[in-house]
Amino acid sequence: MLAYTVRRLLGTVPLLLAASLLTFLLVDLSGDPLADLRVQQPPVPAEVIEAEEERLYLDRSLPERYVLWLTGIGGDGDIGLLRGEFGPSVRGPDYDIGQALAERLGSTLRLVAAALLLALGLAVLTGVVSAVRQYSAVDYTLTFVGFLALAMPTFWLGALVKEAGVWANQQTGYTIFYTVGATSADTRGFTAGQLLADHLGHLVLPTLTLMLTGYAAWSRYQRTSMLEVLNSDYVRLARAKGLPNRVVLRRHALRTALIPLTTVAAVTVAGTVDGVILIETVFQWRGLGDFFVEAVKRSDAYALMGWLMLSGTAVVLANLAADLLYGVLDPRIRHE
Amino acid sequence: MTSTNHAENTVSAAAGDGTVLDVADLHVRFPTDGGHLHAVRGVSYRLRRGEALGIVGESGSGKSVAALAVMGLLPRTAQVSGSARLLGQELLGLGDAAISRVRGARIAMVFQDPLTSLNPVHTVGRQIVEAIQAHRDLPRAAARARAVELLRTVGIPQPEQRVDAYPHELSGGMRQRVVIAIAMANDPDVIIADEPTTALDVTVQAQVLEALRAARRATGAALVLITHDLGVVAGHVDRVAVMYAGRIVEAGSVDEVFSTPRMPYTLGLLGSRPRMDAARRSRLVPVPGAPPSLTQQMRGCAFAPRCPLAQPVCRDTDPPPTGQGDGHTAACHFADRLAGVRPEELFPPAPATAAVPLRAAPAAADGAPLLVAEDLVKHFPVRSRGLLRRRSGEVHAVCGVSLELRARRTLALVGESGCGKSTTARLLLNLIPANRGSVRYRGQELTGLSRARMRPLRSRVQIVFQDPFASLDPRMTVFEAVAEPLRIHGRFADGGPRRVHELLRLVGLDPEHADRYPHEFSGGQRQRVGIARALALEPEVLVLDEPVSALDVSVQAGVVNLLEELQERLGLSYLFVSHDLAVVRHVADRVAVMYLGRIVETAPVERLFTAAAHPYTQALVSAVPLPDPRRERSRERIVLAGDVPSPLDPPSGCRFRTRCPTFAALSGEQRSRCVRQAPPLVEQGEGHAAACHYARARNLLRGTSTDLGQEPTQWR
Amino acid sequence: MSELRTRPGAPTPPADPPAAARGTAHHGRLRLVLTRFARHRMAMTSLAVFVLTVLFAFLGPLLWPWDHTVHREILPNQPPSWEHPFGTTNAGHDVLGQLMRGTQQTLRVALTVSVLATAFGAVWGAVAGYYQGWVDAVMMRAVDVLMVVPLLVAVAAIGGNVRGGTTWWAVALIIALFSWTTIARVVRGVVLSLREQEFVEAARAAGASDARIILRHLLPHAAGPVIVAATLLVALAILLEASMSFLGFGIQAPDISLGLMIDNARTAAFTRPWLFYPPGLFIVLICLTINFIGDGLRDALDPRQTMVRR
Repeated sequence: MLAYTVRRLLGTVPLLLAASLLTFLLVDLSGDPLADLRVQQPPVPAEVIEAEEERLYLDRSLPERYVLWLTGIGGDGDIGLLRGEFGPSVRGPDYDIGQALAERLGSTLRLVAAALLLALGLAVLTGVVSAVRQYSAVDYTLTFVGFLALAMPTFWLGALVKEAGVWANQQTGYTIFYTVGATSADTRGFTAGQLLADHLGHLVLPTLTLMLTGYAAWSRYQRTSMLEVLNSDYVRLARAKGLPNRVVLRRHALRTALIPLTTVAAVTVAGTVDGVILIETVFQWRGLGDFFVEAVKRSDAYALMGWLMLSGTAVVLANLAADLLYGVLDPRIRHE
Repeated sequence: MTSTNHAENTVSAAAGDGTVLDVADLHVRFPTDGGHLHAVRGVSYRLRRGEALGIVGESGSGKSVAALAVMGLLPRTAQVSGSARLLGQELLGLGDAAISRVRGARIAMVFQDPLTSLNPVHTVGRQIVEAIQAHRDLPRAAARARAVELLRTVGIPQPEQRVDAYPHELSGGMRQRVVIAIAMANDPDVIIADEPTTALDVTVQAQVLEALRAARRATGAALVLITHDLGVVAGHVDRVAVMYAGRIVEAGSVDEVFSTPRMPYTLGLLGSRPRMDAARRSRLVPVPGAPPSLTQQMRGCAFAPRCPLAQPVCRDTDPPPTGQGDGHTAACHFADRLAGVRPEELFPPAPATAAVPLRAAPAAADGAPLLVAEDLVKHFPVRSRGLLRRRSGEVHAVCGVSLELRARRTLALVGESGCGKSTTARLLLNLIPANRGSVRYRGQELTGLSRARMRPLRSRVQIVFQDPFASLDPRMTVFEAVAEPLRIHGRFADGGPRRVHELLRLVGLDPEHADRYPHEFSGGQRQRVGIARALALEPEVLVLDEPVSALDVSVQAGVVNLLEELQERLGLSYLFVSHDLAVVRHVADRVAVMYLGRIVETAPVERLFTAAAHPYTQALVSAVPLPDPRRERSRERIVLAGDVPSPLDPPSGCRFRTRCPTFAALSGEQRSRCVRQAPPLVEQGEGHAAACHYARARNLLRGTSTDLGQEPTQWR
Repeated sequence: MSELRTRPGAPTPPADPPAAARGTAHHGRLRLVLTRFARHRMAMTSLAVFVLTVLFAFLGPLLWPWDHTVHREILPNQPPSWEHPFGTTNAGHDVLGQLMRGTQQTLRVALTVSVLATAFGAVWGAVAGYYQGWVDAVMMRAVDVLMVVPLLVAVAAIGGNVRGGTTWWAVALIIALFSWTTIARVVRGVVLSLREQEFVEAARAAGASDARIILRHLLPHAAGPVIVAATLLVALAILLEASMSFLGFGIQAPDISLGLMIDNARTAAFTRPWLFYPPGLFIVLICLTINFIGDGLRDALDPRQTMVRR
């Protein structure tokens, strides 16, 4: 198992390196960070533009810039991914991209973690019920709900949920659901309990929305995988041993049917990143999703690259975690 | 079973007369797209305490479905009616809790495929313990001790260590023995074994049947042994029931049924199977036609459309099972006229090929070497998963194989799965490149030929595959499948369609069906299409890779007859790759036996079966069950220990020594020769060669083995 | 024994009559697939609805007097009426006219993406799977790397940087650029498993060339899974296009797409629901029908059909 872990861990290095190149090219080739500045009216003096180009290292060649961005060699100390520096921002020399990312990481992680856990739990539950009651009314209903969730644009669903929350608040006259932001604007003077309640209150609606995006695909998958296992010879043997149905389902069917879900769940983490961007926009969270939209709008190249590397690393790590979990769950992999 | 009156059965079902399982008028239907599939149509049998009942039938006869219905293991969509009483308790229709108390405790089951029967994520120990604790309040430690004990009983070496192994760490044979251990865990009254050895090699089959015997000895359980193999039944049961189209058509003591069958289908089954213990007969007796579709309402006897005896009464009235004396029943209107009839008297011989103009292979002197392989070596690299895909080892699939296929002869290449026989066949066809060695066709070297240079030679040497379902492209019509080789070689323009129709007629198919798709044909018919495709380019040599092993017994005979007739009429030479020694004895002129990538023995067919000199060949011959209960009981049997070693890391010296009974009996000094030196093939006279340092010819087909003693037994 | 001989007049059954007597079945497989698909009720309904949607989007504008642009004659900010069944915007658009054009643009983008990505992905996957070895390793690692970047992130990053308005074909191109990877994986999987099939080996034994094997044997088999994946790709592309528009990185005004309509009506759910709900419902409807069609196709094309269905 240790050798397996080390091997998988080493495998992520070239993948991340390739992802960094892709990220760099994607951002660098798709636009000029100073495009706005160049066409500004009245025209900005050439020296100012030149100074900006130098500050943003735009005066160097493409390969040079990539190496610089990755390692920081030959830079002014404000760049170099491997040293923990994300590079200068178009927003000015005082804007620290790394710090901004770190500030926003917390609220986004909260949202993602809550949504993923809920989605997984619900997907496993409905997938199992659907499979065990295949072709029943319950199965058809759950299937339809799954397809509906799959067809729903995340942002539209978010807006619906938000409006529903506002409506509920208006009807009751209390603030039951918070529909804007990750926390209340002013949390000074809150006790720890109040702070927690405030955080949770803001979390409810966005989590619900984000959850539905992952849930749809996973529950379908869990159903398929559970059906396959239910028709397997070893489940039949478990029944032939005289194990009651619920023991067979829990110990033999569910336990094995969960294995493939780990891989699928990891793959859809990338999809969750997409969902976060949309949902944070709808609910006006100042999280990583919002950061991304702003970076794109401002053509803030290094901010965008940093952000992409962060999300890329998250995706790679999720896949790694799934691989390792797979090894834990499936002895055939563990002993390879 | 002596009666069709089920009311009587239910009355007498109390355990007083020793009946443990009483199945009466069992019906199973499945709703399908094409209407209701009536898979089991009124099956009744009684099983007495400690008795072994064999249920024989071909695929689709309903034998497994009937067993699963008794166990309550059919999918929910199945509609089951009738009665199945275990010690007087009705099993059909029990709720989950009630049936769970019976299953595994009073009645247990062993399934066909040991590779999928065990849950891959739990250790085998845990799966046995679970079976014990489902029915008994035993503390974990005691249950585990019992699990070890059970593993020992079924013959698993080092059970204390193996109990903690995961299924994937055990071989197929061992896994099946674990399943048997689970079945016997609670000393059940009945064990149902559903094709328990079908997925296993013949030497492993012997081990598993031995384990099943041990399980019965230890528990006193009655056995229902479901199989398609008449040989397995002959040696292991007291009574036998033959199933056809969802119904028991004949039943009785195993001696009675095998010696004086009273139902035409049983006669057909016995006659269509070649016998390993008999010299080649002229032709096998194929049963014409195919089993009926069970989705249609059936009137009259289900076998009537295939039966040479059929009269109008057979098509109107389904014959009830009638007593033939001594507990022997047969469901046939003319059962009394069948006493003492031999299969070949009942089923009239018919030519297997149609009279079409043929072009025989260009004259080559009878017996001249056509295809010669020398010292072939093939290794397959094994790569690790993951990014780097490092080479983590090599499978030594074929190691120094030399063969000589002569004109108009059949050379059989036999061995168990993984011995390298199929790889050798592909090397001979130059379908995969050899690492070393040479293949010459009529003196021309094939290895290293470019594709373009190889193409004209492809028409001379063709191949027929094992799986008639996989070997035809499901999206091509039969016409296109047979025409493809002609198109590739640019011969289609010149009378192609006529040629295709000729070929189809030649292999016994109706050219009218040429524009149908493979899925519309039965297995036997598809195999005929595969043969027609191989013959399209008028080859001289056919490589037949297990051509009949995927087919039902009654269909096999027709294909074997076809191949033999084609050989005679077209002057073909066959390389017949097979694990089935009975078929090999019937078709081959010469036999080469492979074990772990090497040829261990080669001889003319008669000599190989009557005077095998290599211990492995001897074990193979002795392990094949004969469809003859009396001979089966009196035969000497060599049960090999252990499993075939991994071809990733074969043993040094003689590769067979780890399982060799001769090696086990040698002194330490004699053994070291086997360990150090790989034995070469040494001529034993009459074209017979064996690769064993201590070869000694024996005949294992007679009642008791005979030491032929032609070789000086130098090592005594 | 002579009485046991077959009666002379008895018809001897032909050796092995055809297992299924379905009559002469030209194109038997296609017909089988169509029959199976037709039995899938949700899929058939969905297909009908989808066809209607396409007609609405492409023929509707020819029949309806208002297009998607601002018209001075239109009274702004009106709820649905006989004259404007879906109401009007406060700038003076007819919402029905916008819906027709929006659906049209959305479908254009999605179908283009599906065709481009499927063609490219199928070739990529087939080449990797057929040649195996290092070719396969390099090509599939590239796919792995592409999949590290979330789809919307990739297309938004590019779309957001393209200045001066994004046309529908540019949006389609950008989405296709990143969404072919799933197709490539599907095709590679099919080719890998087919390579080892006996019927492919039989063709090789008959002397068939690589091209013949790929064209006659491998690709026809990959068609089933590819059709299913391509169908689902249409739904994915619709959602992606809508998300891009919503973030402001997709199709730009004065042109319109369903996503852009939702973005414009973001705050109007309460006050002017006729602006907010219809475009969203249209997206849901199109994606739902496509997913059901894909599901029906999968069932119809999958050889591992269960015995009982619905």
